[in-house]
Amino acid sequence: MGTTTFQQPDTQGYYGPFGGAYIPEMLHRNVEELRSRYLDIMQEAGFQKEFQQLLRDYVGRPTPLFLAERLSKHYNTPVYLKREDLNHTGAHKINNAIGQVLLAQRLGKKRIIAETGAGQHGVATATVCALKGIECIVYMGSKDIERQAPNVARMRMLGATVIPATSGSQTLKDATNEAIRDWINNPTDTHYVIGSVVGPHPYPDMVARFQSVISEETRAQLKEQTGKELPTRVIACVGGGSNAAGAFYHFLDEPSVELVAVEAAGHGVYSGLSAATTQLGKPGVLHGSKSLVMQTEDGQVVEPHSISAGLDYPGIGPLHAHLFNSGRGSFLSATDDDAVQAAFLLCKLEGIIPALESSHALAALTQLKLQPNEATVLCLSGRGDKDLATYMKRLD
Amino acid sequence: MSRIAELFGRKSSRVLNVYCTAGFPALESTLPVMQALQQHGADLIELGMPYSDPLADGPVIQASSMKALENGMTIAVLLGQLKEMRKTVQVPVVLMGYMNPVLQYGFERFCKEASEAGVDGLILPDLPAYEFETEYGAVIKKYGLDFIFLVTPETSDERILALDKLSSGFLYAVSSSSTTGKDKNMADQETYFNKLKQMQLKNPVLIGFGIKDKATFTAASSYANGAIIGTAYIKALEQANGNVAQPTQQFLESILQ
Repeated sequence: MGTTTFQQPDTQGYYGPFGGAYIPEMLHRNVEELRSRYLDIMQEAGFQKEFQQLLRDYVGRPTPLFLAERLSKHYNTPVYLKREDLNHTGAHKINNAIGQVLLAQRLGKKRIIAETGAGQHGVATATVCALKGIECIVYMGSKDIERQAPNVARMRMLGATVIPATSGSQTLKDATNEAIRDWINNPTDTHYVIGSVVGPHPYPDMVARFQSVISEETRAQLKEQTGKELPTRVIACVGGGSNAAGAFYHFLDEPSVELVAVEAAGHGVYSGLSAATTQLGKPGVLHGSKSLVMQTEDGQVVEPHSISAGLDYPGIGPLHAHLFNSGRGSFLSATDDDAVQAAFLLCKLEGIIPALESSHALAALTQLKLQPNEATVLCLSGRGDKDLATYMKRLD
Repeated sequence: MSRIAELFGRKSSRVLNVYCTAGFPALESTLPVMQALQQHGADLIELGMPYSDPLADGPVIQASSMKALENGMTIAVLLGQLKEMRKTVQVPVVLMGYMNPVLQYGFERFCKEASEAGVDGLILPDLPAYEFETEYGAVIKKYGLDFIFLVTPETSDERILALDKLSSGFLYAVSSSSTTGKDKNMADQETYFNKLKQMQLKNPVLIGFGIKDKATFTAASSYANGAIIGTAYIKALEQANGNVAQPTQQFLESILQ
């Protein structure tokens, strides 16, 4: 164990003490096939050409780095928004979905499965499968299917089969369990597109690499716009942690850049209705990797709470657990109310309706000591169309 | 000699290992279930430690785990129940479970107390070979417990040999690539079973997953030293209202007679 950089896990997939591949033997062949080939495939010229072309012509990348002037004035510090909300399908999730589906094709897989909570990753995966003409099955907790009807309809329109996860607590963690069980039962023709930087090695590294385009663009755009090599800090929300991993990636090994991860505190970190995994979790194993996990004293995984379905996960990617544990990252949390207020502020000041997930990152601006001569980059991971029902309830 | 080694030394064919979730159907069912299994012919007992997220299990065993958790089963409660086990149960007992609850309990403390209660071996499907070799294997050995790895039809020959080498007690051959309780055609697996038979493995082999009645038990036993039944027995217990002795007797008679 022991890594010399934050970017790279060791050969067994460990970031410090977190990571690895804690999987039953039934998954070994699939995971090992992926582990032994993902780096080579990702480096192939043909793969890179197709990936970059789709990111540009289909997704609409590069996404702008936008100096939010009125918001900056409000906080008396320059705030640059990385506009992942402008991607096709409305969030950063599509970056990873395209990468993994192209990779699955090169592994000869004919069938794609995915898990989804709010439905954003499910929609992104269904979208890419439609584009490529591949069968797509999305597992979604039966409670989430009720709560997120528009995204269920989107996935169906895109040709995906949505299968309700009726086991356990019937939410994201159970949808993930069901997707893993599907993979166990279909060991040769199927690729499992995990939506975050979680799961057994190599998933956390692979997903981080596919999302790293966020910080790659940010770095070049900041230089072009300000002449600065590096921002003072990068802020991103963290559930499993994929947009944060992408937004941090090219700054992980730049110690001067403060990395601020914002978790969902729900009704308050210690209210019993929270998803602030680094505050409440203990080291454990969930969905194939060792990380911080919200659990009972007896080691049963508990159901978290957040107003934002995308942050409603009882674990966190092993990279982030390591950033927390080592002190490299600053971990803050925002409550449901903080996030909604921050969303309304952005609407009013910048004419942008953010996703509830991204609103947690925005809420952190009120908690930080910001100086006028700094440069803060904030990853606006998604747009708020999907959250209108929640916002409407809070409008008065 | 360990109880498991002693069993296979005495009996090398048609060894019947029956799985039951601890604390199912009632919290206090654990010992009565084990006693009934022993009395009616089980050679080995695999006790499942319930977990909220059992990845390798199908719906029937998942439901039994949820029920056991609702009943109040925890590792601490289970190890308390097992302290009395060896007064009445002589057959080998292995504990099956997932890493997370064991890590929370404390891996070494768990091994120590399980061993003191008379447990013979462990099956932790999500403990990988690398971590076993570098960290946990030594602790398991220190307390004299056997550790049983799984192999599947997708496991390469090289890896089967490696996992056999790391295992002690027996090797758990999963009959098909599936979660527990799936019906897949055993004839399709013939090549794989025959291969295992010819590999001259160090450990006895028990076949599990999809073994549910006399026909499948007999078929599995023709390829290996015996077989493991789980889902079918849980179903039999589900249908019995509280009384575990009678359905256990009926179930085992349907397999062994």
